[in-house]
Amino acid sequence: MAASYFDVDGTLVTTNLVHPTFFYLLNQPTPLHSVAKLGRALFKAPWMALAETRDRRLFNELLFTSYEGLSEDRLLSLAEEAFETVMKPKLYPGAKDLVQVSRDKGHDVILVSGALDFLMQLLADHLGATGVIANRLEIKDRFATGKLLRPVVAGPEKARLVREHARGHGHDLDECFAYSDSYSDVPMLSIVGHPAAVNPDRRLSLLANAYHWPIIHLAA
Amino acid sequence: MTHPCLVTIDSRSAPRVLFSGDQLVEVDLPTGTRVVYPKPPIEALKDVDAAIRYAINHPHNSEPLYAKLKPGMKVTIAIDDISLPLPPMRKPDVRERVLTIVLRLLADHGVDDVEIIIATSVHRRMKPFEVRHIVGDRIFGAYWPKKLYNHDAENPAGMKYLGTTEEGEEVELNKRAVESDLVIYVNLNFVPMDGGHKSVAVGLCGYRSLQAHHNPKTMRACHSYMDPSSSALATSVERMGRLTNKHLNVFTIETTVNNRMFDRPLEFLAKNEDDLTGTERSALRALTFTLSKLPQAARQAIFQKVPSPYGVTGVFAGETEAVHKHTIRRSYDQYLVPVSGQADILVSGVPYISPYNVNSFLNPLLVQCMANGYLFNLYKGVPMVKKGGTMIILHPCTDQFDNEHHAPYIEFVHRLLPETRDAMELHKRYEKKFASNPAYIEMYRSGHTYHPAHPFYMWYWGEAGRQHLGRMIVVGADNEYIPKLMGWETARTMDEALRMAKHTAPPRPEILALHTAPMLMTEMSARDARPAGETSSQPPLA
Repeated sequence: MAASYFDVDGTLVTTNLVHPTFFYLLNQPTPLHSVAKLGRALFKAPWMALAETRDRRLFNELLFTSYEGLSEDRLLSLAEEAFETVMKPKLYPGAKDLVQVSRDKGHDVILVSGALDFLMQLLADHLGATGVIANRLEIKDRFATGKLLRPVVAGPEKARLVREHARGHGHDLDECFAYSDSYSDVPMLSIVGHPAAVNPDRRLSLLANAYHWPIIHLAA
Repeated sequence: MTHPCLVTIDSRSAPRVLFSGDQLVEVDLPTGTRVVYPKPPIEALKDVDAAIRYAINHPHNSEPLYAKLKPGMKVTIAIDDISLPLPPMRKPDVRERVLTIVLRLLADHGVDDVEIIIATSVHRRMKPFEVRHIVGDRIFGAYWPKKLYNHDAENPAGMKYLGTTEEGEEVELNKRAVESDLVIYVNLNFVPMDGGHKSVAVGLCGYRSLQAHHNPKTMRACHSYMDPSSSALATSVERMGRLTNKHLNVFTIETTVNNRMFDRPLEFLAKNEDDLTGTERSALRALTFTLSKLPQAARQAIFQKVPSPYGVTGVFAGETEAVHKHTIRRSYDQYLVPVSGQADILVSGVPYISPYNVNSFLNPLLVQCMANGYLFNLYKGVPMVKKGGTMIILHPCTDQFDNEHHAPYIEFVHRLLPETRDAMELHKRYEKKFASNPAYIEMYRSGHTYHPAHPFYMWYWGEAGRQHLGRMIVVGADNEYIPKLMGWETARTMDEALRMAKHTAPPRPEILALHTAPMLMTEMSARDARPAGETSSQPPLA
């Protein structure tokens, strides 16, 4: 059986990691908590912007420090609302079809994302995906430490995780598919036999054209 | 007495000018070579709208369209896509004229539930500007995109299984059409292969149904594609169409066009080079020179962006088979040039356009489809070239693809063809899996990309030619890799190609050349081409 590996942010949904993070920051126990959290996040914004241009993994780690101090209960209880209000309305038209076609062809469908695992699981359930490879927050004494558990799902690490997943589930990578919108996912796209660019950024678009990878415009 | 469109080259003949993609190339053909030219365009109908009204009011083997209409009924109109005609015809497209009259008639009879489907089958979805060109601004504005849209053969909820023919062919069609009280098909017949039952049974079907006839076995049994009475493909489609018409109330409207592909300034391209006036000769020389200096994109724009002034030569309506008989007859009137005697060597330029590259590049797989498929099959009767003979084509065979329209073609050419050229093996080993590639299917459904099964069909399309021909030599290829992938030999010049072909031809080979485009067809008979006494006067080749 082949597998299809989907990047999520920008590929299946128009949102990115920042949107659900903002949702959580805005939904603190009190407005004062929210203001404090947002202030701290804004203070880190320039560093995050710089990290985004250099290293996606560093960006992820900086962004998720905003979750420090949030209780596990709160994270999980707000997850459904975050998904319904932030992610679900931002699904690209056709995203569900694309996942469904892959399922119809008997593919294992895995969402591979730098977003948090509990949110990705809700998206997977909604789309009919069979698995999730996503970031996990470190929880200590029922509170998030703001650190990510290893391995951090980003950039080249995605490729290693996909390869590991394929090996573990008996998938031949030559037969597998991968979909992404971002040049940062080229390592993941390069290890499968059937890479495809979905709503690609300019650099990925150039690369996809050069290598004749299929280019899908879900927003069309 | 030979037909005026069949010209024999003598020692005083001017060089012939043939298409090599979007360039023109001068070639010296040996004395005795017979060159088939397109027939002059048949005079177009003077009042097309009146002809349309007459046709739908006096249909063949059917009650008039107005008599089929009841207020509140559900009507689906299906129309041919942009692959017909080539290049697209100048506005107003005849489909717009037919639709205008039919839609008015429907409105007059209280029929409001009307949807127009572009019968693309597994072709790429047409872009809004292409649809607008076909149906006109008014209809486009009123119906697009909710009530005027492209067929989607991969929408499980949009297809409905009708049944299976006595030969086991599964018929699955567009659900909206199946569930309609009346289906009106508006066809534009460009070649005799188009129209008839193919319109609904292929245009509105999907991969499940296409497998019945779009396969190497059926294509090998076609002699030729352009002669429905000798085409296994047409026979299979006919069976499926008959089953379709048992379940659906189909009213067919078919139209034919003449072969006025080039407007006045370029009309000389269809003429015998010996008959060109001084001005035309200069214009031809200037055009050839200009094309050789222009970049490819500019050449493509010159030939593809300018619509052709095709004239409507016939409108026929009624029951599918009864209508199609008239259409075929009219089509043959325009195209058939009688030629007696098969050739040992067939020469043809491959022009820049095919039904599958409107507004894009004729990629190597389509060059193959044109050469082994369409051009080889431009005959009725016996093949133009003897079994095991040689075909010489002119084309650069550039390794270039339109990444959007032909995405699956690229993988087919560069990943599958290096594995095997055997159509049967490609069909058995690769087709089903390739055709279900989710990325390509999504590109077909949401983009403007041919279905992943389509590159296989393009290869199968060449199957009759491949099985019949002994050799294919391509002149002017800009690379060796693509011709080798196709199983072709290469030559730098026509002289060299003819010398190569002579190695496997009889001592004084018969050479036949096709001077296309515009479109032409030969009505071939097998008897010896050379009348008694003429043979000795023909000098041997080279």
